[in-house]
Amino acid sequence: MKQLDISIAFFRSGILGYGGGPSSIPLVHKEVVDTFKWMDSDEFGDVLALANALPGPINTKMAGYIGYRVGGVVGMLNAILSSILPSIILLIVLLTTLNAYKDQPWVAGMTKAVVPVVGVMLGTLTWDFIKKSTKSTLGWKWTIVFVVASVILMELLNVHPAIIILGLLIGALVKKDKKKEEGKKERSSA
Amino acid sequence: MIYIQIFLALFIPGILGYGGGPSSIPLVENEVVDRYHWMTVNEFSEVLAMANTLPGPIATKMAGYIGYDQAGILGAVVGVFATVAPSLILMIGLLGLLMKYKESPQVKRLTIVVRPIIAVLLGVMTFDFFFSSYEGEGLWQTLFLGVVAYILMQKLKVHPAYVIAGSLVYGGLVLA
Repeated sequence: MKQLDISIAFFRSGILGYGGGPSSIPLVHKEVVDTFKWMDSDEFGDVLALANALPGPINTKMAGYIGYRVGGVVGMLNAILSSILPSIILLIVLLTTLNAYKDQPWVAGMTKAVVPVVGVMLGTLTWDFIKKSTKSTLGWKWTIVFVVASVILMELLNVHPAIIILGLLIGALVKKDKKKEEGKKERSSA
Repeated sequence: MIYIQIFLALFIPGILGYGGGPSSIPLVENEVVDRYHWMTVNEFSEVLAMANTLPGPIATKMAGYIGYDQAGILGAVVGVFATVAPSLILMIGLLGLLMKYKESPQVKRLTIVVRPIIAVLLGVMTFDFFFSSYEGEGLWQTLFLGVVAYILMQKLKVHPAYVIAGSLVYGGLVLA
């Protein structure tokens, strides 16, 4: 029964969350804390902080860890598959079907019209990241420095983004702390 | 070896995308479009659009489809595994260590320093999308679709899934 509960909890929170993993976190919270009472709100906050300290998709880290705590390795696999599998299958079926009619003019028209719309969504996301960055401890000045420097490195010098990100991560871990910074701690929204 | 390429193409965004799935999208595009040339910018935007109309975590949907598109079911499994496993293994493996340091300023800083870089990658992708649309459909269609989509999503708060569905209908009828 416990495995079934895990499936239900992560299937529901996965299939109802629009806009990627971070937007389904409140849904996961509702299932885990309110519906199935596997942990209390404080513990959930701890797990979320943990997941945020690591890279990669947030939702599967949460699902994997909570599934593991509740039902061992089987629970972990169960939770991950329940949250991701339905949407992957839907996407593959949808796109494969569309690709089969690729040569039809109306399908070609559909795929063209969607490009600027996705452009707007990405533009909005870009602005969100800039705004969040200026409100963090970096502030306007350092955000602009980081942005300009990475545009130069990636677009003009063709440095792979992975190298820049790795460099920054190492820098962030090694750098000594100023007392000033501890006062205004970043509130992560994810 | 295609499976190794799929693994690498999705492992790198998975391990470097700080801030959840959406921040790994431009990193995925960088690998899939620029490095391995598995898709054009337009094809990638189509996949991203469809992924956005469907619910569920975005990074794993993209990984599953990209893997499937290149190498069938096993490709999809490899893609999803590369996206999910490394960070999950780290999380469960380093639990004790993480518990101790999760509130430390150094760890909090990780997300903060990566954010501007993700913003740049997203900005470049935005430009690529508009430019590709400009080249294909011309200035007026691109501007019209962009402005209408912006007003609907940002000002009138229409759900993106409906806006994408609407643009598909428009494209099927008008741009065909």
